[in-house]
Amino acid sequence: MTFQEKLEKNVWGLIIMVALVVSVGGIVEIVPLYYLDNTIEKLSQEEDSIRPYTALEQEGRDIYVREGCYLCHSQMIRPFRDEKERYGHYSLAAESKYDHPFQWGSKRTGPDLARVGAKYSDKWQIQHLKAPRSLVPESVMPGYPFLAENLIDHTLTERKLRALAAVGVPYSEADFAGAEEAVKGKTEMDAMVAYLQVLGTMVKFQEGKDYRE
Amino acid sequence: MSEGKPDEQQYSFTVVKWFSIAAVLYLIVGALVGDFIAWELAFPALNFDNPYISFGRLRPLHTNAVIFAFGGSTLMATAYYIVQRTCHVTLWSEKLAWFTFWGWNAIVVGAVVTFPLGLTQGKEYAELIWPLDILIAVVWLAFTFNFIMTIVNRKVSHIYVANWFFLGMMVMITYLHVVNSLAVPVTLTHSYSIYSGVHDAMIQWWWGHNAVGFFLTAGFLGIMYYFIPKQANRPVFSYRLSVLHFWALMFGYVWLGAHHLQYTALPDWAGSLGAAVSMAMIIPSWGGAINGMMTLSGAWNKLRDDYVLRFLVVSLAFYAMSTFEGPVMSIKTVNALSHYTDWTIGHVHSGALGWVAMVSIGAIYHMVTRLWGKDIYSVSMVNTHFWVHTIGTIIYICAMWVSGIMQGLMWRATDDYGNLVYTFAETVSAMHPYYVLRSVGGVLVLIGAVLMLYNIIKTISGAKQPVTAAAAARV
Repeated sequence: MTFQEKLEKNVWGLIIMVALVVSVGGIVEIVPLYYLDNTIEKLSQEEDSIRPYTALEQEGRDIYVREGCYLCHSQMIRPFRDEKERYGHYSLAAESKYDHPFQWGSKRTGPDLARVGAKYSDKWQIQHLKAPRSLVPESVMPGYPFLAENLIDHTLTERKLRALAAVGVPYSEADFAGAEEAVKGKTEMDAMVAYLQVLGTMVKFQEGKDYRE
Repeated sequence: MSEGKPDEQQYSFTVVKWFSIAAVLYLIVGALVGDFIAWELAFPALNFDNPYISFGRLRPLHTNAVIFAFGGSTLMATAYYIVQRTCHVTLWSEKLAWFTFWGWNAIVVGAVVTFPLGLTQGKEYAELIWPLDILIAVVWLAFTFNFIMTIVNRKVSHIYVANWFFLGMMVMITYLHVVNSLAVPVTLTHSYSIYSGVHDAMIQWWWGHNAVGFFLTAGFLGIMYYFIPKQANRPVFSYRLSVLHFWALMFGYVWLGAHHLQYTALPDWAGSLGAAVSMAMIIPSWGGAINGMMTLSGAWNKLRDDYVLRFLVVSLAFYAMSTFEGPVMSIKTVNALSHYTDWTIGHVHSGALGWVAMVSIGAIYHMVTRLWGKDIYSVSMVNTHFWVHTIGTIIYICAMWVSGIMQGLMWRATDDYGNLVYTFAETVSAMHPYYVLRSVGGVLVLIGAVLMLYNIIKTISGAKQPVTAAAAARV
C-alpha cells in the first residue's frame, strides 16, 4: 500500500500531513523577517526622526482606518522614476514600524499618500476632505464634511496609546498622562489633518544613498 | 463497500437546503453592494457625503459578503452534502451543523451592521472586529470538526478526493485566520493588530492570498471534483492528476502572498520567492483544470443542452485563465505596471465571478433539484442566467484590463525632458468610461442572480413546469 493510499484511508493521517505541508511556505517567508537584521533599514541619527504618532495623530490614523482610506490610497512608494517624481523618495520599512495595522494599501484609485505630509496646507486638506471636487474636479473621492462636526472621544485616547504600547510602540508615561488633554475639544477633522500632515516626514533622506540592499 | 448506505431521506439535508438558499441570497446582497460601489466610483455624487454608504465603508461589506457570506454558505452547503454522499453516512452531528448555520449567519449580520458604522480592523478581507473574529474561529472549528467526524464514521474505505480539498481548506484557514487576526483590544469594537509595518504586511498578504488559495480555490475545487463527475455522469478523468493537483496546491499556494509586495519595503528575497513559486503554480492549477474538463471526454455533447454542466465547465475555463494571469502578474516587470491598478481588480473578478461564482451556481442548481426532488422550474431561465452572467463577467474583466493597463502606462509616461506627462487627476478622469462599463457588467451579474433566486423559489414551491418540460428532465 502506498503512502498516499494509507492517507486516503486514515483521516487523521491525512490531516496531519496537510497541516505539515501547508506550514512550510509561511514559516520560510515570515519567520526570517523577525530575525534578519536588514528587514528594517538602519538609519543614522541625522536621518532618523521616526517617532510614535502623537495622541492627535493616532486618533487621525484611527479615522483613516475607519473610513477605509487604504482601499483607494496606498502608503508605499516604489523605487521607480515616475513614483519619485510624483510622490518622492521610495518608502522604507522603518517608516511604518509603529503602524498597527500597516496601511501600505494595494490600490491607487487615488494617489499614494506615503509622503503627503507638508505637501499641502492644512486649509487645503480640510477643504479637500469636505468637498474633494471643489479643488480637484476629476476626483472620485467621497466627501467627508461630517469629520468637522464630530468631536474626538477623548476618554478613549489614553487606552488606545496603552494598547499600542502593549504591542510594542514606545510610548512613555508622559504620553499616557497627556493623551486626553491633547485631543480634548478637537474635531475628527483636526485629527485627520494632523495625521496626514506627518505622513512621510520623519526621515531626512541623504542624496544618492541606497537604502535598500 | 457500501453496505448500510442510508436512504435519501436519512441524510441530514435540511441544513444543506438552508445553506443553499442563504448562499443565493448572499450572492444577490454581495453583488448588489459591489455594483453600488462600482457606480460610486463612476459617479462619486452617489456617496451623498453620507458616512454609512461611502465607498470606504461599503467596500469591506462587499468583499466580506461575497467571500464569507456567499462563498462560506456555498462551501458549508456543499461540504455537508458531499461528505454525506461520498462517505455513505449522515452527518456526525446535525445539531452542530445547525450551530454552524446560525453562527455563520450571525457573523454575516454582524458584518452588515458593523461595516457601515466604520467598525473595522483595517486589514483587507480581515476587517471584521475582534469579537466577530472569535465567533468565526468557533464556528469554523465546529464546521471542521463535524466534517472530520463524519469522515471518521464513513462506510467506504477511501476518502474521496473532494473531501481532501475541503480538509486542506479547513486546516489552512484555521492557521491563517488565527495568526492574522491576533490583536490587542481597546474596546469591544476597537483593537490594534499585534504586528506592525513590514511584518504586518507579510502576514496580511500571507492571509490575503491564501483566503483566495484555500477558501476560494481549494474549497471550490472540492466542489468541482464532486459536481462535475456527478453532473456529467463520468468518473474523474485522472486519479493521479488529482493527487498531484492536491499536494502541489497544498504545498505551493502558501508561498504566493509575498508577490503582492513586490518593490515595496518588504525585503526583495521574499517577494521574489513568492513570484517564483507563483510561476510554478501554473502547472498544478492547469493540471486540475484539465482534470476537470477531461472528465467530460466522451460526453462533450452534454454541453449542448445541460446548462448546469455549462456553468461548471466554463468555471474551469475561468479558473485556468486566472491561474495563468496571476503568475504573469507576479512577474516583477509585469507587476511594476499592474500593481496598484484596476488590472488587479479585474484579475480578482475573473476568479470570483468566473470561477468561484460559476462553479457555485452550477453546484447549487444541481443540489436544489436533488435536495427537493423536483425538476428545475425553468430550464430556459437557467440558460438566460448562464449568458447574462458570462457576458457580465467578460464585460467586467475587459473593462478592468483596459483601465488597469492604461492607468499603469499613464502613471509612468514621461516626455523627452523626463517630466511626467499626466497629472494623477488626468489618469482618474480617463478611467471614467471603464468604471461605467464595469458597473454595467455588474448589473448583468446581479440580474442573473435574481433570476436564479426566482427560479429556485419556483422550483421549491413546486409551481407547474413551463412548456420545456422535456428539456428540464435532462437538467
